[in-house]
Amino acid sequence: MSQLSRRTFLAGASATAAATALAAPRAHAQKRGGTLRFVAQADLKILDPVWTTAYITRNHAYLVYDTLFGTDDKLQIRPQMVDKHGVSKDGMKYTFTLRDGLKWHDGQAVVAEDCVESLTRWMKKDRFGRLLAAHGPKVTAADRKTFTLELSERFGPVLEALGKPSSNVPFMMPARLAATSADDQVKEVVGSGPFKFAKDEWQPGNQVVYVRNADYVPRSEAPSGSAGGKRVHLDKVIWRWMPDHATAAAALAAGEVDWWEIPPLDFIPKIEQDPSLATFLPDPLGTQGWLRPNHLHPPFNNKKARQALVYMMNQEMYLQAAIGVSKYYRPCHSVFACNGPYASKAGAEALAKQNLERARLLVKESGYDGRPITVVHVTDIAMVSGAALVTRELLSSIGFKVDLKAMDWSTNLAVRAKKDPPDKGGWNILHTWWMAADVMHPAVHFGVSGAGPGAWFGWPDIPQLEKLITAFVRATDPGQRKQLAEEVQKVALDEVAYVPWGEYVLPTAHRKNVSGILKFIAPLFWNVSIA
Amino acid sequence: VFAEILRRLVATIPVMGVVAIAVFALLHVTPGDPAVIIAGDYATTEDIERIRARLGLDRPFHTQVGLWLSRIIRGDLGTSIFSGLPVSTLIGQRAATTIWLTLFAMLISVGVGVPLGVLAAWRKGSWLDRVVMVFAVSGFSMPTFWLGFILVYVFAITAGWLPVQGYQPMAGGLWRFLSHLILPAVTLSVVYMALIARMTRASMLGVLDEDYIRTAFAKGLAPRGVLVRHALKNASLPVVTIIGIGFALLIGGAVVTESVFALPGLGRLTVDAIVRRDYPVIQGVLLVVSGVYVLINLVVDVLYVVLDPRIRY
Repeated sequence: MSQLSRRTFLAGASATAAATALAAPRAHAQKRGGTLRFVAQADLKILDPVWTTAYITRNHAYLVYDTLFGTDDKLQIRPQMVDKHGVSKDGMKYTFTLRDGLKWHDGQAVVAEDCVESLTRWMKKDRFGRLLAAHGPKVTAADRKTFTLELSERFGPVLEALGKPSSNVPFMMPARLAATSADDQVKEVVGSGPFKFAKDEWQPGNQVVYVRNADYVPRSEAPSGSAGGKRVHLDKVIWRWMPDHATAAAALAAGEVDWWEIPPLDFIPKIEQDPSLATFLPDPLGTQGWLRPNHLHPPFNNKKARQALVYMMNQEMYLQAAIGVSKYYRPCHSVFACNGPYASKAGAEALAKQNLERARLLVKESGYDGRPITVVHVTDIAMVSGAALVTRELLSSIGFKVDLKAMDWSTNLAVRAKKDPPDKGGWNILHTWWMAADVMHPAVHFGVSGAGPGAWFGWPDIPQLEKLITAFVRATDPGQRKQLAEEVQKVALDEVAYVPWGEYVLPTAHRKNVSGILKFIAPLFWNVSIA
Repeated sequence: VFAEILRRLVATIPVMGVVAIAVFALLHVTPGDPAVIIAGDYATTEDIERIRARLGLDRPFHTQVGLWLSRIIRGDLGTSIFSGLPVSTLIGQRAATTIWLTLFAMLISVGVGVPLGVLAAWRKGSWLDRVVMVFAVSGFSMPTFWLGFILVYVFAITAGWLPVQGYQPMAGGLWRFLSHLILPAVTLSVVYMALIARMTRASMLGVLDEDYIRTAFAKGLAPRGVLVRHALKNASLPVVTIIGIGFALLIGGAVVTESVFALPGLGRLTVDAIVRRDYPVIQGVLLVVSGVYVLINLVVDVLYVVLDPRIRY
């Protein structure tokens, strides 16, 4: 996430637009029309991007819905549905004015009240939104096109929150839908984005169809990430779900599909040999792997036992086992994304250099009683499966007894939510991954939350982290925020909220007649054309 | 016969009731929880409990079964927890693909398997018999997904004659419809073709040794007439049984074929639902498929009577 200066925004929409137009890449000449067939990373089952954090639903929502602000490819927050915005001198009251010509897919005009309802619902679900909500913002419509957000306590990254690129993204919906409880799905898919969802053609488990929204009025700037002009060149986008990778590879080679979102890395060499195909890195920021200890139960309710996990860490070993191809991974000894603005080596000395002797000593000092460590082993996702196998070897080498518990991803989701002791169905260690956008800074990073029962699974109870995160979101000076993020990192690694095992990137593959794919954390379909 | 069919139809009701309760019970002892999948990565324990309560998953087992059965009786299969679409709509979207795939596969299995079995029995011990048996053993042993990929590589990627994947309804044109079904149907049929060929051969061998067959040949009847009209008809009861079982197996086997060829059928719907623990969809599909199995068994029983009038129930 960017270090956003409010003054930049105060400069006004016209200056921003001009700066963006100069800085961003120009859209190339595109062919208009056509249908693009896309193999999505997962099957789209849930349509409400506020109800779920699933990446596939977020990706779907980027076609259908629009956002008040977007994130460009330099991680800067730019206005999107918003035309003008300003903030009071004391930084407590924000005013937003919507652009002209915004329309919902049902033909109604987008009004300020819709945005008020949408933000209110989003603030009940999203972590960043909840942090904002804790600072008592009163969101009210001033007139049909203008609304205000008035804080009761200082909150620095208001615009970062409204323009956050990953789940849950604050997508705007009509007030009648946004009034739905945040615990229920909205019943209709009505957005104001550049594509319309073709409900009648939706077949869960097979295909999702989007058609161009002829009423969409793009911004004048060049497209960049989820910001800038969303100019649509395609008539139709068809998402296909192909559970078998070999089938997707064959379909791409045979020209039956045009774009495959995430081919497994072992398919990439074959794709690169095909002269009609190309690969592309849409999200150079990548993804971060995690080893998460459960803080509730022995031995990892003991700080020394947790610290042993940091000293045993060898990111290269994990990345080789989980990803395998060195050009697609990189060790990263920061809890915040290594190519992001808050990357730091503060407090990461132990993480950067494996020391098994020290790890063994810490295990002894922790008073470990020899009970088996339950490591969740998700067998149907190769990447986390590989990581779990490395963990087993390393834990054994530093004196832990290990019980590798094999299960599928869905069972893992149920198991990881259990707070019971490991011998009663709970767990000690699990592995997962998060996109860099979700570990960019303390306000979005779940791994550094120390909220105990309110923290992510593993439930670290580290009040100091919560204080630092609160200080981070209240800080308005970028330098101060950077310093606070470093403090968060030091405490998170010292207390071992989790252990990052490196970063990796995943290429996308497409036929060469597809052009204009934008760099972003989600596949975007504006600016894309097919020859 | 009609009274018997009616009696058997009525008898399916308690069978379906037992199936329904068994399916429900099995699902609820399986690890996994749709609430945690819905709740997502950021959920707290309280969020998950709230979603469980909204889905009714926190109620006692007997209450959940009772509510589900009462809806089933009213013809309501429920609603997908994830997509919010009625289970009947989801089944409706997928049924045609699986029905056509199964029918085509069965047509190929019977159309090739029965003649091969008859020929192998007629020429017992010859090279033809050995070739058919080698085919039967290898066909039966061949993994479906492997054969599917080989066929795709040869006929779709290399030759470019047929599409790699997908399903096209008949409304989009007969050739488009057929071209998307040929490779999946052949892939799915090979195992059953082999099974039917072996069963037909074994059954025919028993009949060909009968006196009336020798008499027919002695009378100078053409081998084709003897084999088809006299031998095959009397050897067909075990073959019909295996075809009936084959239908059930084909529906089950369609899961792999549908995945390999990205066909939106009932098999994939079931697997996707199991992966997500979408209980209403799993229960609905299994109930419908169980109903189809029961009906197929009924049809097989009726065919017994038609083929052998001596059979009485």
